[in-house]
Amino acid sequence: MMKTDNRQDQAARNTITIDGQEIPFQHGQTIIDAALEAGIYIPHLCHRSGLSPHGSCRLCMVDIVDRKETLGDSDRRREGKIQEETRSRSVAACTMPATAGQWIRNNTPELNEARKVITQMLFTEGNHICPSCEHSGNCTLQAVAYYLGMLDGHFPPFFPRRDLDASHPTVMLDRDRCILCELCVRASREADGKNMFAIAGRGTRARLIVNSASGMLADSDIEMHDLAVHVCPVGAILIKEQGYRVPIGQRTFDLHQVEEIDLGKTIPPEMGQK
Amino acid sequence: MTRIRIATTSLAGCFGCHMSLLDMDERLVSILEKAEFDRSPFTDIKHCGSCDIGLVEGGICNEENVHVLREFRKNCKILIAVGACAINGGVPALRNSFQLRACLEEVYLHGEGVENPQIPNDAELPLLLDKVYPIHEVVQVDFYLPGCPPSADQFFRMFNDLISGNEFSLPRKLLHFD
Ligand code: SF4
Ligand code: SF4
Ligand code: FES
Repeated sequence: MMKTDNRQDQAARNTITIDGQEIPFQHGQTIIDAALEAGIYIPHLCHRSGLSPHGSCRLCMVDIVDRKETLGDSDRRREGKIQEETRSRSVAACTMPATAGQWIRNNTPELNEARKVITQMLFTEGNHICPSCEHSGNCTLQAVAYYLGMLDGHFPPFFPRRDLDASHPTVMLDRDRCILCELCVRASREADGKNMFAIAGRGTRARLIVNSASGMLADSDIEMHDLAVHVCPVGAILIKEQGYRVPIGQRTFDLHQVEEIDLGKTIPPEMGQK
Repeated sequence: MTRIRIATTSLAGCFGCHMSLLDMDERLVSILEKAEFDRSPFTDIKHCGSCDIGLVEGGICNEENVHVLREFRKNCKILIAVGACAINGGVPALRNSFQLRACLEEVYLHGEGVENPQIPNDAELPLLLDKVYPIHEVVQVDFYLPGCPPSADQFFRMFNDLISGNEFSLPRKLLHFD
């Protein structure tokens, strides 16, 4: 870990600093991709390296801080007071490009508390009954909740009624658990070249729809090797006849914390490779 | 030394949380040196006296659950929602996607092998609520112990913290929703 306080030096080096750790970035890279590449975890649900950014879950919010620390001592005296950090603004790390010299706060109690509240909202606006969900233990939403120390849903649950689509022989869609992250939408368009999914409706009526004549998976071109099927961070898109092959207690997030896992590698390499 | 009093109950739950508590096995002995049970399925005491800690397993699915929960809140200094069902309704809340009438008809009129089909209507039976609710929808809850069920290690950790007056914290390794 390099240590620097000098913004100009940093600009020259094409680096950004996250929670005091200086890391490099490539031109055009977002803050989150630079961070993940450097092994810094920023909580996220709707982001997946390689797919276009979406910026919808807001879990990756970080603070970009304007600092006066770069001022020399004489300048400070002229100001009459020493101000370490002046303004800060919150941005989504998955949509904000990294630019040289950015000073970023990520793993702070305030941001993590806000992220926890967002996660609680995601739980309460859907039907997330983990003990009855096949994805439990492999679910990124659940793992992020663990990371943030979420113990309860806090808000009055919505208990929404949402349609289940079990019409397809191998792929199933349980909208109760969909968090509308559009990862499947983007994976289908950008990786599978199929455009199988979209979000319809707004607000509490927003829902995932299937692009087929009947609106059912059975009539669609979806196949179980599509990236769209595997990219779902929750238990909304499931593959049939594979349930509980890995028992509860031995799954990815039973054995690892979410920040230790490269989420891109949890998808078998042959998926979405066409 | 006066022992701290603990009350426990199972509402719309499966008693799995209580079984898991008993899974503490011999560690229970060390806890019972400093604590004793008030109203609980373990004691068969029918009503709650003044208690330090109330543990509630299960969500709220009928009017009796509401009465019991209010009795616990009134008598317990610290009320803890134990397990997935108390925290968000859990598996019983799967019925929330259906109308209550449809659930009753499915079970008592159209269910497999039902003879003399009729929906039970005895005055002794507590009325069902339209949905299964988490307990924080009805009373103020002081702490949550997630898990389905929470493991014996989680219970042990919680009792130890509470008995020694520490702030209860769950290490991340022990936090799980299933
Ligand atoms: S999708 Fe995740 S959070 Fe939702 S019920 Fe399944 S395991 Fe739990
Ligand atoms: S089905 Fe899964 S991947 Fe698709 S929008 Fe819903 S949560 Fe996201
Ligand atoms: S990961 Fe950035 S908004 Fe979802």
